[in-house]
Amino acid sequence: MRFAVISFPGSNCDNDLYYAIKDGIRENCDMVSSEDTNLNMYDVILLPGGFSFGDYLRSGAIASLSPIMKSIKEAANNGKIIIGICNGFQILTESHLLPGSLIKNNNMQFVSNWEKLSVSNNQTIFTNEYKKNEQINIPVAHGEGHYYCDQDTLASLKDNHQIVFTYNNNPNGSISDIAGIVNKEGNVLGMMPHPERAVEDILGSKDGLKLFKSILNHNVRS
Amino acid sequence: MYLAKLYVSHKPSILDPQGEAIKKALHSLNHQSVESISQGKYFEINLNENNQEDAENVLKKACEELLVNQNMETYHYEIKEV
Repeated sequence: MRFAVISFPGSNCDNDLYYAIKDGIRENCDMVSSEDTNLNMYDVILLPGGFSFGDYLRSGAIASLSPIMKSIKEAANNGKIIIGICNGFQILTESHLLPGSLIKNNNMQFVSNWEKLSVSNNQTIFTNEYKKNEQINIPVAHGEGHYYCDQDTLASLKDNHQIVFTYNNNPNGSISDIAGIVNKEGNVLGMMPHPERAVEDILGSKDGLKLFKSILNHNVRS
Repeated sequence: MYLAKLYVSHKPSILDPQGEAIKKALHSLNHQSVESISQGKYFEINLNENNQEDAENVLKKACEELLVNQNMETYHYEIKEV
């Protein structure tokens, strides 16, 4: 499979993601500038963490209007696999590819910690290698990771099994402990924790690796 | 030319930890009468339009498309010819 990591001005986890794909699952991966406009040759598009455009206006708001976003929206509508991690998740909500918003952490602190997550839905493109409710260790690093949506949206997320990861010890005030969600169609994932920082034992955990392997597994099966 | 003054604030349903932190700091300065604080955003926007209706239409579109996240924010504005 061909993976693309999109680099926005201010992205800082793009290299981590690149190496998670190259070394972690040994697949083809390119870094693609947010100024580019063509993603036709890629099967999976990854939006990395960081502080795109300095978080000006709102996290992810300016990046959501970058030239590359038009092709990302097309790819999403055509069912291609898209993952936004941390700032990438914020960009996906600002682009309306995922519902809800990410707002300031409840405790006003930037949280940078290992978090225990539960895999609440293991029937997705991104989680089929995990067991249902598997407990995994993945780091978070964010100041605006509090997932917020209105009650109707929350009900629809639950009804459609779109909540994929939840925090065991909610670090930011997210509604229903939400750490990651997919869109209704299931091809777009957004999550605040960083699976790309948990792909080798020497990093402290390799629980993130199964997320990337799940994509390959899905590809083989479909 | 029109000048719009745009005020963006959190919806009341959204928790505003910044406002809470600022309130606590003011209380520590003995301003106990400060009941609540909500921190928002303020924009001054010059619009090169010939009439106020067109200027307001551009402003509203700009709010919907970028300046305001209507999932969590509300806005109001004042506009005048300059």
